[in-house]
Amino acid sequence: MAKELLNKKDIERVLSRIAYEIIEKNKGTENVCLVGIQRGGVHLARRIAEKIKIVEHADVPVGSLDISLYRDDLSLRRDHPVVRKTDIPFDSNGRKVVLIDDVLFTGRSIRAAMDALMDYGRPACIQLAVLIDRGHRELPIRADYVGKNIPTAKKEKIDVQLQEDGFQDCVQLVKAKE
Amino acid sequence: MNLKHLISMRDLSRADIHQILDTASSFKDVLKRDIKKVPALRGKTVVNLFYEPSTRTRTSFEIAEKRLSTDVVNFAVSSSSVTKGESLFDTIKNIEAYGVDFVVVRHASSGVPNFIAEHMDVSVINAGDGMNEHPTQALLDAFTIRDHKGSFEGLEVAIVGDIIHSRVARSDMIGLLMLGSQVRFVGPPTLLPPQPPPGVRMYYSLEEGLTGVDVIIMLRIQMERMNKSFFPTTADYFSHWGLTKERLARARKDAIVMHPGPMNRGIEISSDVADGPQNVILQQVTNGLAVRMSVLYHLSGGEYHA
Repeated sequence: MAKELLNKKDIERVLSRIAYEIIEKNKGTENVCLVGIQRGGVHLARRIAEKIKIVEHADVPVGSLDISLYRDDLSLRRDHPVVRKTDIPFDSNGRKVVLIDDVLFTGRSIRAAMDALMDYGRPACIQLAVLIDRGHRELPIRADYVGKNIPTAKKEKIDVQLQEDGFQDCVQLVKAKE
Repeated sequence: MNLKHLISMRDLSRADIHQILDTASSFKDVLKRDIKKVPALRGKTVVNLFYEPSTRTRTSFEIAEKRLSTDVVNFAVSSSSVTKGESLFDTIKNIEAYGVDFVVVRHASSGVPNFIAEHMDVSVINAGDGMNEHPTQALLDAFTIRDHKGSFEGLEVAIVGDIIHSRVARSDMIGLLMLGSQVRFVGPPTLLPPQPPPGVRMYYSLEEGLTGVDVIIMLRIQMERMNKSFFPTTADYFSHWGLTKERLARARKDAIVMHPGPMNRGIEISSDVADGPQNVILQQVTNGLAVRMSVLYHLSGGEYHA
């Protein structure tokens, strides 16, 4: 059972608004860079960078971050996740880094991402942008930019499909199996 | 990958090998950062149990372990109670009582890693057992080959020299055949097995054995394992079996030259080849770190199915 929450158009609009909010909050794009969390966050970061470019006529650097090695459940999981590429092609020291992820849930991925980011330098600040905030935080973490708040049951799943991975853009709520 | 020990290349499937190499390639990026340490194995403890002298393999494992934030204890035989007569069984039971998570073992006798895995509740990694296997060397060799050649299918790989005493040759052969490469053993009859293993071709002439190959893996002449005479003198060996520039010209122009180290210059390889443009020997050393990190990472899984 899947229920569509956002379609292609909705996702575009949400990302446009987040792009504007990033520009507004940072009073432009000076010193701003985007870092997407593998994998969904990386696609979203690139799209937001394009939208910022259209509005401000400025390129903001985009990086990608894999958090596998910083997860707090590594010693529990039997199968370890594939370690994808981390690519931060700029000096993050003193930069305003906007972390970008598709779904904010327990907050544990964001904790891991912040630790990973700190190993690349000391940013001036870290902000967080997410497409979906589904609640159920287990750590004191909140997003600065939220695409859509969606109340969920803990057992439900949020499925974000993006065309970069060969799907049609959409976000759906998958009901828990009985 | 659901693997507790890495004792033989036969423990791995083809997909496992590719997964280890893919992960290693991400670890290679970690090794290029300013902060080269990741917290992946924080709180785990590794004992490096080396019953045979080893500098480079032990150092490579130790750096890999430290980069993953494990606590590392080195248990070298010459400074331990083994010299006071303690049996292997008692030694490992003692180490088990410390509550460690990994044992990386090297031993002059084949089968010791299996023995430890049977009697101890830890993950065992074979860092070389007698003339049997050395799986992490085979994985780092595969990584280096894939780095240069892109894939394994159809590659001609010559393993040259002291084959019968070599655990590297055995592990390389198992791995490369599984990955789809063609493997040749090249060397004097005294240093080759009496029959070729299934899937392997044997050449008793270096010139013939190197013709048209994509990869050359030179082996060290292992004097310490030779209990009788296998060739007249080292100078004589070099004149027939040493890899020189002239002999290297028989291989494909883009062939790479590998050596697991330590090298005997002037015995199995000449300096102009060892330092020449086709050598990838020091890349093997760097790749060894990334591959050993990857193996530790994949063996450290818990009970929970994600």
